[in-house]
Amino acid sequence: MSVLRLARTILRIGRMAAPATDAPSETAVGDQVLTGSVQVRHVDAGSCNGCEIEIGAVFGPVYDAERYGARLVASPRHADALLVTGVVTHNMLQPLLRTVDATPKPRVVIAVGDCARDCGVFKGGYGVAGAVSDVTDVDIEVPGCPPAPDDIVAALRRVTRR
Amino acid sequence: MSASPAVAPDLTSTAWGLLAVVLQCCVLAAVSPILIGVMRQVRYRMEGRIGPGIWQPTRDLLKLARKEPLVAPGVRLQGVMPIAMTGTSLLLVALLPLMSTVTIPLVPDDLFVVVGVLLLGTVAIALLGLDSGTAFGGMGSSRHMTIAALVEPTVLVAVYALSIPVGSSALSAIVDARIAEPVSVVSPVSLLALVALIIVVVAETGRLPVDNPSTHLELTMVHEAMILEASGRDLGWVEFSSWLRLAGLLGLVANLALPWGVAQSMSIGGLAVAIVAIVVKVMLAGAGVAAVEVFLAKVRLFKVPELLAASFVMAFLAVTASYLVV
Repeated sequence: MSVLRLARTILRIGRMAAPATDAPSETAVGDQVLTGSVQVRHVDAGSCNGCEIEIGAVFGPVYDAERYGARLVASPRHADALLVTGVVTHNMLQPLLRTVDATPKPRVVIAVGDCARDCGVFKGGYGVAGAVSDVTDVDIEVPGCPPAPDDIVAALRRVTRR
Repeated sequence: MSASPAVAPDLTSTAWGLLAVVLQCCVLAAVSPILIGVMRQVRYRMEGRIGPGIWQPTRDLLKLARKEPLVAPGVRLQGVMPIAMTGTSLLLVALLPLMSTVTIPLVPDDLFVVVGVLLLGTVAIALLGLDSGTAFGGMGSSRHMTIAALVEPTVLVAVYALSIPVGSSALSAIVDARIAEPVSVVSPVSLLALVALIIVVVAETGRLPVDNPSTHLELTMVHEAMILEASGRDLGWVEFSSWLRLAGLLGLVANLALPWGVAQSMSIGGLAVAIVAIVVKVMLAGAGVAAVEVFLAKVRLFKVPELLAASFVMAFLAVTASYLVV
């Protein structure tokens, strides 16, 4: 895309973010330190990638979770919150536990989607080690298969308190 | 090759110089997180987002300062290097003629000292990357040193071109001469050297198209790869020092391009004007860089030397031209 076309597109589209809604009424989760600034690391523990598409939308221009102070980062060392999606498979059990250990405290673990909450349609599968809450402490659960981006944003806002 | 000759090395001027340096460090330290906030916000708006506002990096820093760092066993430098990096960034900001051209006689703001301090910060972060012992850390360090090896000569040659007409390699003397003779800013020498300098500042501070500061792909990282293992308070220092470095270097380029507003003699009023001027200049420069970045993609690592070679050629032409065109 040429520079001129891109400039015209930027001017034509302007703001594509959906209007901000009121701060969530549910109680805040996590330490007070995380108010207004939460770095998020996403861990796929064995997901079908349905939740990943929704998480992509959450941090995209329309839902724009970054306006509430949540930002995706590339390393668990930088993170305050982990977004865990999918059932925990045997192969991802160790990496998940190590990722949780590599996240400095105070940290928050968010289980996103029905699979992460209670194994969903994969319950009893031979490769399944369990739900996320079976292997580590979970602070927030987001139901849905896949959960709507608005629900994930609401969960993140309970941590950022914005 | 010495500090500005206008200053007599007496006690009052030393006190004024110290005051200016301390003030300069404080102003830049306060402004640098806001600068990053402005740059990100410009990008968010152009992407059609609302964005978290210009205070988000400040909030991030304050949060990181209150988080305990996690240190892997066997890692020794992780607590030291972030502090060393912040020290070199503060020293860099103290040496650059950002707010006043009055210098402390004992502390040279010489071009070669500034480049040395710049390299010191580069070595500190490269050691931090190596010390983490991960594949990505070492890879980032090696890339960073490769880029630094190509950047430092260009910085030297570009500012050397500017120093030839002035007859001094002190940065404050160069800025002084530009205020005295504003036409020299648009001379061919100055324009070539400024373009070369802008390219190397972009490379040195890890901005697009040399390095993508918001990337999540470890294989394409340069700066981010070295700090992947830093956490908590340590990460806060690392981020702060690189932001401060960006603010200082943008301020230097802005002062060379638009030297007005810099205090040439010591007075409270002059300093106040200088504070406003440098904040406005750094913010505008940052917003400009961020707006241009929206139109750029990161170039392949093997193309980076071509870009930097082009900037070196421009700096070299500037030096040549400074001997031919007076």
